[in-house]
Amino acid sequence: MYRTALRMLIGDKTKLLGLIFGVAFSTLLICQQVSIFAGLLGRASSVINDVRSADIWVMDPSVRTIDASYPMRDTELSRVRGVEGVAWAVPLFKSQVQVRTREGRLENAVMLGVDDASLIGVPNEFLLGRVEDLALPDAIAINPAGFRLLFPGAELDVGRELELNDRRARIVAILDAAPAFAANLTIYTRYSLATAYTNPGRNVLSFIIAKSADGYESNAVAENISARTGLKAVSSSAFRIESIMYIIENTGIPVSFGTVVILGAIIGVAIVGLTFNQFIMENLKQYAALKAIGVKNIRLLSMTLCQAGFVCVIGYGLGLGAVVIFFRSTSDVDALRGFYLLPEVAGGVAVLAILIVLLSTLLSMRRVLTVDPATVFRG
Amino acid sequence: MCRGIEKSFGEGQARVRVLRGTDFDARAGEMTFLVGPSGCGKTTMISIIGAILSCDDGDIRVLGQDLRRLRNGRLADFRLDNFGFIFQQFNLLPALNAAENAAIPLVARGLSTRKAESIAREMLDKLGLDDQTQKIPAQLSGGQQQRVAIARALVHNPKIVICDEPTASLDAASGQRVMELLSEVAMDAERAVIVVTHDDRIFRFADRIAHMDDGAISRVERRKSDSLESSDSPEEPSS
Repeated sequence: MYRTALRMLIGDKTKLLGLIFGVAFSTLLICQQVSIFAGLLGRASSVINDVRSADIWVMDPSVRTIDASYPMRDTELSRVRGVEGVAWAVPLFKSQVQVRTREGRLENAVMLGVDDASLIGVPNEFLLGRVEDLALPDAIAINPAGFRLLFPGAELDVGRELELNDRRARIVAILDAAPAFAANLTIYTRYSLATAYTNPGRNVLSFIIAKSADGYESNAVAENISARTGLKAVSSSAFRIESIMYIIENTGIPVSFGTVVILGAIIGVAIVGLTFNQFIMENLKQYAALKAIGVKNIRLLSMTLCQAGFVCVIGYGLGLGAVVIFFRSTSDVDALRGFYLLPEVAGGVAVLAILIVLLSTLLSMRRVLTVDPATVFRG
Repeated sequence: MCRGIEKSFGEGQARVRVLRGTDFDARAGEMTFLVGPSGCGKTTMISIIGAILSCDDGDIRVLGQDLRRLRNGRLADFRLDNFGFIFQQFNLLPALNAAENAAIPLVARGLSTRKAESIAREMLDKLGLDDQTQKIPAQLSGGQQQRVAIARALVHNPKIVICDEPTASLDAASGQRVMELLSEVAMDAERAVIVVTHDDRIFRFADRIAHMDDGAISRVERRKSDSLESSDSPEEPSS
């Protein structure tokens, strides 16, 4: 009877297309929006992710996110280094700056200043140049998205000069840093140079990044640092989550994306529900005839579920395919870098698609179950 | 066999007594017509005989089974095993072709689609539709659609066939042809055929005609070789 159910559905091509479109549209909208939202949250912690060698972040107690730091005194670095369980600790400067090219193009950038001696904190993936090049005078390294932002149409290269706060900076390396939340252009340079470029004031130390010594657990060391210095110290993973939660709790982004997701679900339920209901209503006499013939309610229910399942699978598949095509076709767009379809999102939206179809077909199923088979004798 | 069937619809002052202690018999090997004016209770009567509707009171035995003792699921099984239905509006599934439509009772009984459609094609062949098996209802004339409905009613070899106004949606010639085929193919020594109709042009196909009026059988005619016998009360039950 499942084949009969599918033939009934496929036979009405207009409604079948409507049903599939409803599910596909919802899947596309929800999947794409949730993926972009997840990508944005990922950007909120991208700097933390890029500093792979450290497992502890130390900061002023008032700091709640990587994007808003409150400067500490430079002496705090020595105090942290003196805490038991700390293998090493280095300064990290973070600030926003305006960058201008010789051609007059102005862009916002996230500037990260790493320890002059060790250069710890610089991402490992260099597309052009080497980490040692950052020791050169006025040397900075930028990410490819930032380069293309500053020099549209130009091939990636090194040696170009920029102006930062009336000072000269020379691009000596292109590194594959993840886009930050605040700007697409990320600049890495030495700590001393970064503070000189931004001229921040008396206190300049944004963060201290540290590594727990062998045999010590990072959370325990972080607690130790907090206890000994009065500063806030957390593990990298905890700081990552905290930075993400800051975005969720303190910006309108979740509400904005959530609204689109809810609208997508409502539109899906509306399209699928109305179309499926219409399909059932037009075939109600046939369902009544099947009942009269002796087809049981449970069989009719499974037939309806089979139709709903078919619509769900095809619609979800097409919607997901469209999302994949979207992210594939925009993978070269710097503004969308870091946004991709996560398996968790695909799985979650699959559950949502099932719920949309089930909710939509609930009313229709009731009609099928309660239709009086005797109606077939009433002309 | 129906004895003293009572059926009412509605509640309180809106309650309408549709069947008033109705008696009715259908015999194997015979085509019994149930005729009467609109609203006299014919549809309710065949719905009860066809195990689709339950009666309020009375005794109803079909093939030795007391239908009042069967619950919904068992009633559906009983219908599927023993009844074939032919409806006024054919009620074919529009997306299925003739063979698929005719095969529905077999598929519903669990037969494989291939086997069911093979049997259905044989039945359609008997009904003169051997070259129409792949057509969907919209591609068939009314008479052809009713023949597909007949095939669907007979494909699982039921003991009882219930026809509700089988010629009402057809022109005179198609109606006659459908009834001829029904007589040829459906009539069997072990099968009872019950036809509800207004169409007096097909009365000649009846073995017996039960006239119904105001919720009760008023008289039963026996027709044999175009001669007419009449009685004012139901005949003795024989099946």
